[in-house]
Amino acid sequence: MTNTLVTKDGAPRQTSQEVERLRRRYAIRHVLARCGVYGAAVLASLVCALPFLWSAVSAFKQNRDLYNPESSPFLFNEPATPDHVRFLFSDTPFLTFVVNTLLVGALVVVLTLALALPAAYSLARLNRPWGTPMGIAIFLVYLVPPSLLFLSLTRVVVALGLEDTIWSMVVVYPTITVPVSVWLLIGFLKAVPKDVEEQAMVDGYSRLGAFGRAVLPLVFPGIVAVVVFSFTLTASEFVYALAFVSASPEMVVSTGVPTQLIRGDVFFWQSLQAATVTMAVPIAFLFNLFLDRFVTGFTMGAVKT
Amino acid sequence: MTHARMRRGGPPAGPPDGRFRPARRSKPGLADREGFLAWAMLLPSVVYIIALVGVPFLLAIAFAFSDVTTGDPSYDFVGFRNFEAIFDDRVFWRSLVNTVVFTVITMIFIVLLGKILANILVADFRGKWFVRFLVLLPWTTPVALSTISWLWFLDSIYSPVDWVLRQLGVIDTNVVWLGRPSAAMVSVIAVQVWRLTPLAAVIVMAGLVAIPRDIDEAARIDGAGFWRRMFEVTIPLTLPVIAVAGLFGAIMTFTDMTVSYVLTRGGPTHSTDVLASWAYFRGIEGGDVGQGAAIALFLFPILLAGAIAILRAVRRLESQ
Repeated sequence: MTNTLVTKDGAPRQTSQEVERLRRRYAIRHVLARCGVYGAAVLASLVCALPFLWSAVSAFKQNRDLYNPESSPFLFNEPATPDHVRFLFSDTPFLTFVVNTLLVGALVVVLTLALALPAAYSLARLNRPWGTPMGIAIFLVYLVPPSLLFLSLTRVVVALGLEDTIWSMVVVYPTITVPVSVWLLIGFLKAVPKDVEEQAMVDGYSRLGAFGRAVLPLVFPGIVAVVVFSFTLTASEFVYALAFVSASPEMVVSTGVPTQLIRGDVFFWQSLQAATVTMAVPIAFLFNLFLDRFVTGFTMGAVKT
Repeated sequence: MTHARMRRGGPPAGPPDGRFRPARRSKPGLADREGFLAWAMLLPSVVYIIALVGVPFLLAIAFAFSDVTTGDPSYDFVGFRNFEAIFDDRVFWRSLVNTVVFTVITMIFIVLLGKILANILVADFRGKWFVRFLVLLPWTTPVALSTISWLWFLDSIYSPVDWVLRQLGVIDTNVVWLGRPSAAMVSVIAVQVWRLTPLAAVIVMAGLVAIPRDIDEAARIDGAGFWRRMFEVTIPLTLPVIAVAGLFGAIMTFTDMTVSYVLTRGGPTHSTDVLASWAYFRGIEGGDVGQGAAIALFLFPILLAGAIAILRAVRRLESQ
C-alpha cells in the first residue's frame, strides 16, 4: 500500500500499471473520505444525543441503581423498572401539562398564521415602498427578548385578568412566533412565480381570491414548516410561562415539570428524565421531517428580503 | 395588470380595438386597490406587535424609573434611584460581566462547531435522517427540560459525566461541576453551546445548500482539494450566513436566563448570574419591579448593536 501511494514521480507516461496505481490511490482516498464522514457523523450524534441516552436509561433505573456512584450510566445494573415512568403519568399532572402545551401550541400556531400570512403576502408581493423597511422592522422584533419584556408584560397580563391561565400564553406567545414566521413566509412567497397570481387574476379572481386559491396551495409546504417551527418555539418558551402562571393545573411542560417534579431538595430524577425524553423525541422527529423546507425557507427569506 | 379581466374560457367578445370590457365585471372594490390591501393585510400584525411588544417595552422603561413593587403597584416616579441602587450592587456588575463572557465564548464555539456540524449534515451518507434527528434533539427539546437533565448529568455525586471521566482515568474524584464558581461557569457555557449548536448548524446549512453547485464543481475540476475548496470557496461564500448564525446564537445566549436559572440558580455566590436571571430574581422573586426593569434594560443597547450587525450580514447576502 505504501508503494502505491508514493508513485508521484510526475512522469507523463501512462503505463497500464500506473493507471492501476492511480485508481487504487483514489479508491483508498475515497474509502478514507467515507470513513471520515461516517466517523464525524457518529461523533456528532454522540455529542448531541448521549445525554438523551442517559436520560432514557436512567428513567427506568431503580433507586439503588441510580443512586450508586459506581454503577454505569449506560447499563442497567439492577433490573429495569417502569415504576417511575408510571409515576410520572399517573401521579403527577404531567399529562395535564402536555395537554396544556399542545393546546397553547395549537392556538398560538393558528393566531400566528392568521397574523403572519397576510402580513408576509403584503410585504412580499404588494410592492409598497415601505415593504423592505417594514420587513426589517418586523424581523427586529424577533430579537427583542422575553427577558426584557416579562416584567411589564406580567403587568399587562394581570391588567387583562389573564394571570394563571393558559390564555396569558396564548395571547403573548405570538409576539415570539409572528416575526420569525413573517420572515420565513416572505421567503416562501417570493419563491412562487408572480405569473401564478396574474394568471389567476386574468381568470377572474380578485387579488385576495388569487392569494387564497392560487398562492396559498403553492406555499403550503412553507406553511407547514412555519407551523412546526412556531410550535417548537412555543413549547420551549420558559420565561413568560414562569412569570405568568403559577397555578399548576394551567402550567405547560416547560414550567410544570421543573416546579412540580422538584419538591424543595427532592428531585424525582427518573420521572424528570422520562419527561425530558417524552417531550424531546416527538418534537425532534417532527422538526426533522420539515428540516429541509425550513433550511430553504431561511435562505429565501435572508437572500430576497 | 390592468383591470380588464376575462372569464375563464370563451373568446373575448369585445370590440376589436383592444378596449375590451367583459360583460360581468364587478367594480374594483377596496380589496383590489393594492395600496389599501397592503395596509389592510399588514395592519393586524403591526397593531398586535405594537400592543404587546412596543407598549410593554415603553412600560419597561417607565418601570425602570419607578418604585413599583409587587406589593405596592402604584406608580411613583423616582428618577435614577433604581439605577443608582443597581450600580452599587456588586452582583449587577458580576452578572453583566458574566453575560458578556458567556455570550462571547458561546458564540465562538457555536460558530466553529455549527460550521463543522453543518458540513457533516449536508454530506451524503447512509442513515443521514437518523443522524439529523439525533443532532436536532438538543435544540428542539424545551430548554428547561434539557437543562434539568443536565442538572443530573453534572450532579456532584452521581454525575455520568464524571463517571466516564473516572473510567477514562482523567479524574480521581468528582469535579462537582455546579458547586465551584469556575466549573459552574464552564458548565453553563457548555450547556448553552450544546443546545444552540444545532440551530447554528441549520442556519449554516441554509447557506451551504444555496451555493451554486457549479462553483464547487469548477473548483474541483481545477484540482482544488477538500480543504482548499473549504477555505477558499465555501467559507468565503457562506461568511454572511455564518455571521447570521453566530449572531443568532449570541443573542439567544445573551438574553437567556433559563440555563443559569435551572442549572445553578445563579450560584454559587452569583458566579453564574446573568443580566436576565438577575432581573428575574430582583423583579419577580424579589418583587422589586423597578430594579428588575432597570437591570433588564441593560440588555437593550447591546441587543440593538447585535441586531444591526445581523442586518449588515444580511445586506451582504443580498448583494451577492
